[in-house]
Amino acid sequence: MPEWLETERVELVVNRERRQIDLPVRASLADAVRALGLTGTRVGCEHGVCGSCTVLLDGEPVRACLMLAVQADSRDVTTVEALADGDELHPVQQAFHERHAVQCGYCTPGFVMLAVGLLEREPAASEERVREVLSANLCRCTGYAPIVEAVLAAQHNLLKQPR
Amino acid sequence: MKPPPFAYARVDSVDEAVAVLGDAGEDVKLLAGGQSLLPAMNFRLVRPRRLLDVGRVRELDYLTFDGREARIGALRRHSALVQDTGLRGPWTALREAAACVGNVPVRNRGTFGGSVAHADPAAELAVVAVTFEAKIVARSTTGERKIDASDFFVGPFTTALDPTELVTEIVFATPASGVASVFEEMAPRIGDYALASVCAAVTIDDGRVSFARIGLGSVDATPIRARLAEQVLTGRPLDTDAIGEAARSAARECDPGSDVHASAGYRRTLVAILVERALLRLRGLDS
Repeated sequence: MPEWLETERVELVVNRERRQIDLPVRASLADAVRALGLTGTRVGCEHGVCGSCTVLLDGEPVRACLMLAVQADSRDVTTVEALADGDELHPVQQAFHERHAVQCGYCTPGFVMLAVGLLEREPAASEERVREVLSANLCRCTGYAPIVEAVLAAQHNLLKQPR
Repeated sequence: MKPPPFAYARVDSVDEAVAVLGDAGEDVKLLAGGQSLLPAMNFRLVRPRRLLDVGRVRELDYLTFDGREARIGALRRHSALVQDTGLRGPWTALREAAACVGNVPVRNRGTFGGSVAHADPAAELAVVAVTFEAKIVARSTTGERKIDASDFFVGPFTTALDPTELVTEIVFATPASGVASVFEEMAPRIGDYALASVCAAVTIDDGRVSFARIGLGSVDATPIRARLAEQVLTGRPLDTDAIGEAARSAARECDPGSDVHASAGYRRTLVAILVERALLRLRGLDS
């Protein structure tokens, strides 16, 4: 019979680094990464509607508020902090900057991670597909048009880059 | 919002899971992908004292076809169904329904078995299961039983499952050759809960419908079949008259509720429109 736990030591590979953290089992993955100092992951609605906490789990976008930290035990998590290379922004971040796809900025890390996850899996996604995937997340400031433009611009730049 | 405190355990096999359920039963809530359960816990609508995580029971993550049937493991994720190239021809409705579930991040975590056990009347895959007369396989320490999908869904968020049972797979008998299927829904926004959904499957032999199935979601306490609409179609050419008659029949056969999103009358209108849309697509596939 398994042991019933109220706290657990969770081991995550966060941004390619092995980390351990002791947490109550009800803590979400979003709580866990923020407790590790990675506060780029924003917690918005905490019930899976807004998407601002989106991170990559084994490379796939997931809502970090709809996953217990213990469910992510020994899995690979990527947060927005992993994207930039020093001062050089990731092409998706650079495009968000250039296209003014940021207003208050709260939803931005979630949109960026959603877009990075999409463009890694589907580099040639159509505009329709980009719009469909981005519909998972909410932004209350920009009206979405600059966000869609930024992701399409990032896609254009990523496709030009030698991989 | 955080969930109320609970005790957590994880199991790696079906045997372990059913042993725990047999021992603790009603006291334990099962956690699969968590895309419905965790929001409900965060809202404190659900307050399990013990949460048993079956999300890593790898033996339940599969989709197999053997000609006679398609078997889908309870832990098959929606995203895997969307990407499955085997889900075409008669199985197209399954892939299309999976693609309507939530959004990409939700589909990356949510599972078929979890959705079925949750029994949300708006759940897309449940509509397909009822339309195809799928069987839900449930296991407990005392054995296994196969429950017809139409008996499995008892009411909103209510199933025929015993608290000691775990859904292990959903079994679809392979439709006869020539069957084509589609799924249609209307939601306020892409990925939102459907206001109405329709799964339709037909066979057209020599210009006439020889087999028809129509299932409806979000417009009754459980997914339902529009059996009179199916009868309307059978034996007739899939022409404008037959399609219109079937659509009107389906709209009468359901019992939708009214809420802030849509009135019952509006939902009935949607059913008629979606049945028409589904049948027109099926007619197009035949020509």
